[in-house]
Amino acid sequence: MTLVRVLAFSVVVLLAYTLFANILPQVQSDPPTDEAPVAADGLDMPAMIAWGERLFSGKGTCTLCHNDLGRAPDLLKLNLAETWADRLGNANYEGEAKGEEGAAAIEIYLRESMVDTSAYVVPGFGKKGTNDTVSPMPAVDAAPISLSEVEMNALIAFLQDRTGVDVTVPLPTGDDGEDVAGDDEDGEEEGPAESAQVALDKYTCSACHDVNDSGADAGPPLHSLGAKLGRDGIREAILDPNATIAEGFEADMMPDDFGDQMRVSELDMIIDYLMTLDAKGDAQ
Amino acid sequence: MNPVRLTFAVLAMAFAVMVLPDLVFAADPAPQPTRADYPAIKGFSARTLVWGLSQMHLFLAAFVLAVPLFVLCIELAGVLSGDDRYDNMAHEFMKISMAAYSFTALAGGGLAIALFLFYPHLMGYLLKVFKGQTLIYALLFGLESVCLYVYYYSWDALRYGDRKWYHMTIGLILNTVGLALLFVANAWAAFMMSPAGVGPDGAVTGTVWEATRNPLWNPLNLHRFLANIAYGGAIVGAYAAYRFLSEKSADLRAHYDWMGYTSNIIAVVGFLPLPFAGYWLMAEIYAYSQQMGITAMGGVLAWLFIIQAVLIGSILLAANYYLWCGLGRTDRGASYAPYVKYIAVVMVGGFLVWVTPHSLILTPQELQLMGGSHHKVLGPLGIMPAKNTAVNLMLVFTFLSFQMFYRSSRVPTVSWYKAGNAAIIALYVVGCLNIIAAGIYGYITPTVYKVGASVPQVVTTLSIIVFAAIIDGFMLKGATKTQVNWGRMTVRSQYALFVLPVAFTWLMALMGYIRSSLRTHWHVYTIMKDNSPEAYIPTIGEAGNIITVITLMFMALIVFIFWLSQLGATKQVPQRQAAVQPAAGAGS
Repeated sequence: MTLVRVLAFSVVVLLAYTLFANILPQVQSDPPTDEAPVAADGLDMPAMIAWGERLFSGKGTCTLCHNDLGRAPDLLKLNLAETWADRLGNANYEGEAKGEEGAAAIEIYLRESMVDTSAYVVPGFGKKGTNDTVSPMPAVDAAPISLSEVEMNALIAFLQDRTGVDVTVPLPTGDDGEDVAGDDEDGEEEGPAESAQVALDKYTCSACHDVNDSGADAGPPLHSLGAKLGRDGIREAILDPNATIAEGFEADMMPDDFGDQMRVSELDMIIDYLMTLDAKGDAQ
Repeated sequence: MNPVRLTFAVLAMAFAVMVLPDLVFAADPAPQPTRADYPAIKGFSARTLVWGLSQMHLFLAAFVLAVPLFVLCIELAGVLSGDDRYDNMAHEFMKISMAAYSFTALAGGGLAIALFLFYPHLMGYLLKVFKGQTLIYALLFGLESVCLYVYYYSWDALRYGDRKWYHMTIGLILNTVGLALLFVANAWAAFMMSPAGVGPDGAVTGTVWEATRNPLWNPLNLHRFLANIAYGGAIVGAYAAYRFLSEKSADLRAHYDWMGYTSNIIAVVGFLPLPFAGYWLMAEIYAYSQQMGITAMGGVLAWLFIIQAVLIGSILLAANYYLWCGLGRTDRGASYAPYVKYIAVVMVGGFLVWVTPHSLILTPQELQLMGGSHHKVLGPLGIMPAKNTAVNLMLVFTFLSFQMFYRSSRVPTVSWYKAGNAAIIALYVVGCLNIIAAGIYGYITPTVYKVGASVPQVVTTLSIIVFAAIIDGFMLKGATKTQVNWGRMTVRSQYALFVLPVAFTWLMALMGYIRSSLRTHWHVYTIMKDNSPEAYIPTIGEAGNIITVITLMFMALIVFIFWLSQLGATKQVPQRQAAVQPAAGAGS
């Protein structure tokens, strides 16, 4: 009986720990996916900036340190338009942006900060014992972050946009296509849809919305949206579906990650197509 | 060829391969297998199998490597005190560990097979990096087996006089080889977290020694060394508690009560410096990769440290409860009993601070009611300065619990004992105030210096323990010893000794999960990606369930090992004698 009592007691203790582990917030961390949402030749600057924002908190893992906890400068609060001149004029700064002005200086400085992280270390943020000569930040173009050139451009675009200066980084070209599309390590990545109808099927829009005579009514019909919302409204409704909820429907019904899934060429094709639909759902 | 020359030639070649890898191996980059390259059995989780086997191997290895370490110390205590009880207890500890040894090898063999079967590219790469070290590992394992068997089986043959010193020398060699084995195994695990001696693409650029001496190797060595001692103590404590509860004889109950007390002390002594070793490991992780550090402490794994706090809190509460119950063994213990409630308040208060999370996942209504994601009063208790303060105070008061029991059976005879007592009280008061003040400083310093602010707290805690022990040592020298009534313990107190191994086992598995998850989706961090279908960090619940299953399996194995060690001491009475005895009894 002693053995049974002891075992029962031990199992109860064990189950208490297990229960506790199961009532805490449950988060599964998947390997980062290639967040490039676009075909190289279809990206416009708003999408580029939006992509940069996602990289900032996603694959780039910038928010791990660049937040309000003081581990690294809070880039979301920092106004580089005001501080860049002080930084580049600092006696310790010997980087490539020296002598440059305005948005161009900010672009060079940000790029340099990402790949040559110790080129200039903000006072108080250096590695302990290095007198602010060595930055603890890893180069973002190397593992484990491994951002591509185009992804770094998107990040810079996001930060420049937040600062309120002109965005000076170039949009990706066709030559950047492979870079933008990511590693595609598994060989499983699908190519972009060839037409708006194919894209609508690919993202199963017609499962919930009445489009192409699907008759679905879980979401509002996609007829005459051009007149109701306009191009920008449709874009917002796809990328941020909870921003405005159509009357009679509930929030959180539609996935809010189409911005991650769609390529810009697909998004544009869908918007173009929806702009042409009249009240009956026929293309004009 | 002459066998001796052949042996030398093989060893020389192994050495050459180890220190000059490019002589034999081309500097190829690390393999980057795709998902399709991982052998898979449909519906079967390779990762769970490897996880279970590696954890089981670690549990057993930690136990069998730790026991000879403290057994040797107990053996030495027996020689120095001339008390045979120490020697008997040390021998009994070894008996338990012997039964576990073969299971350790079995789990290790199973793990190796599973790794080569399901992760051949990773194992191939590690073999390429560590080359001759695998031979050295195998040699050390063979040597460990020889030393272990000789040490155990020569116990009675080399028990007294000069022979005892020969026996302890064998024990010393056994422990040296055991630690070497631990350090070699750690090198592989640490290399996967902080690779060294290889280029950015994984090509071998340095020696095996460079790969071995990677940034996290030594912190991991210290952490595992201390944890093994605490773990080994907890397991044998459970054995002693079980035997205490099972035995009817007063002598045997006294023996196993003493054994349980000693085991608890071993567990606590191994455990007290463990948080500091943990700080060092974490600081080195941050120094190696800030991103990796934040992933642990502020990212997806942050909630696991709340579970860790619950586990460590229950270990400390159980160990203290056992020590408080122990005051009942001595007649003077009652004079210390009134202080227990104050210690209990500190322990429970510290525990509650430690488990307070910084932020909670809330519904919008809850968020509105609380006025934000952080509670105005409790929120500040969720950050490191509060937790560091809590854990340091808990450690200080755990030592106080032990000190009270130690003093309860000794009456000081030195003339300055009042001054000595006052000095000890002043040490505790000033020390605790300093720990609290350093904690408050932690609130007003930037995040990046918060870890640094914990150093004065750690130094203060260690100072209190060391100086209080030194003063007590001098003050109680020549003290009048009073009777310790071994065996005068409640049944309930013994259950505290079962909480320790259960919590330790779960905790070890949890920390293994965290350590492994720090690599995120890399087999070898930044060098070789994990592209297998299971390259994700599971939820806390999923991990908790797997850890519980592994712990249950280990507990079943330990019960079997305890049974085996008891079976070895059981002698069957011959049939004729068995038949005569009842008859003789009936006639008398």
